[in-house]
Amino acid sequence: MPEPGPTRVLLTEEGPALIAGPVELELPDGTRVRSDRAVTAVCHCRRSRRYPICDASHRRKVRQEGPDA
Amino acid sequence: MTATLEPSFLRQVAAPQLPTPRGPLSGAVVDALRGGPLRAVDVAGAAPYGDDLQLALHCCYELHYRGFAGVDAEREWDPELLGLRRDLERVFLAALRADVEPGDDVPAEVDALLVEPVGPGVRGVSHHLQREGTLAQLREYVAHRSIYHLKEADPQAWAIPRLSGAAKAGLVTVEHDEYGSGRPERMHALLFAEMMTELGLSDAYGAYVEHVPGETLAEVNLMSLCGLHRSLRGASVGQFAMVELTSSPGSERLVRGMRRLGCGPAAIRFYDEHVEADAVHEQVVRRGVLAPLLEAEPELAADVVFGIRASLFLGERLGERLLGCWDRGETSLRMPLAVDHP
Ligand SMILES: [Fe+2]
Ligand SMILES: [Fe+2]
Repeated sequence: MPEPGPTRVLLTEEGPALIAGPVELELPDGTRVRSDRAVTAVCHCRRSRRYPICDASHRRKVRQEGPDA
Repeated sequence: MTATLEPSFLRQVAAPQLPTPRGPLSGAVVDALRGGPLRAVDVAGAAPYGDDLQLALHCCYELHYRGFAGVDAEREWDPELLGLRRDLERVFLAALRADVEPGDDVPAEVDALLVEPVGPGVRGVSHHLQREGTLAQLREYVAHRSIYHLKEADPQAWAIPRLSGAAKAGLVTVEHDEYGSGRPERMHALLFAEMMTELGLSDAYGAYVEHVPGETLAEVNLMSLCGLHRSLRGASVGQFAMVELTSSPGSERLVRGMRRLGCGPAAIRFYDEHVEADAVHEQVVRRGVLAPLLEAEPELAADVVFGIRASLFLGERLGERLLGCWDRGETSLRMPLAVDHP
């Protein structure tokens, strides 16, 4: 059942845009990516290896060197 | 024969056999479930994370899920067994409360989970499997995980009626996705079963209970404990949050490890799906579950932190068992795995 009212998009401060409902995303080269999830996280930081879908690559990373580093 | 599109796992309803006892506690529970009287046992003196107590708890909890072959389903509400279960839970919970540092700053806890340690110094099971683990070790890992993933999302579903308003709706949003968003062929438990089959393992519910140590059972028992007690609903949400917040990068490492090992697409699909799914679930859990829960019931903050830290604690114990055994060139299971097509 379609949600009443406009599609809700939540722009998060640190990472993706969250879009409610199934979506089809069109990329500049015409490729279409479909997501059937109840909520889709669309990458906004461009770091996702699954762009345009968020893969949590926006997370802060801390490097831990090996024992001999 | 007419082709059926429905995977056999979805039609699988058979209950597993009762496991072999590992001591007096699990012996008492198993014998009682076989129809004998419930013997009096010394629960207070038992090792809280040991194989015996954890298997006894596992058997008590399984009565609420799939049950056991030949055991009357009504035993779920046997007051004597429930009384013993409560005693076992008290020992387990007391140990966790003593081993886990208390706290009530949920946002700080969440921020800490969202920092991803990288580099050669990080010790972890998914890091090991990404970099250098063998196919045999990957199979062991999957066998350990099967105790939970073949009933993925079920223990957290107990929490649904114990939450209200927005937090309940948020939890259901994530759970719905775990169960395939209305498409049984996308259920995460099924994707896990298909991975097991492709790796030559059995996808029968409970097939590896005999193989896994107390460390593995303890992780899943914590989920059932928190799910089945309304008083622990904050901890249940905390445990769920821990999984959803940390799973996406770990799943990516497992995908890479499986590609390195040359695993097939049905094997890779489960963790591949979790890279994307849990990147969303993280957001929904933080904004749609934790935030409204703490607004409605701020007094649950300490339990949420407890759920996060207790599941991290048990996860680290299991991780140490796996890596320690593998460092010594041993299996992390109690007995070797039989593989269908080596
Ligand atoms: Fe899942
Ligand atoms: Fe998830």
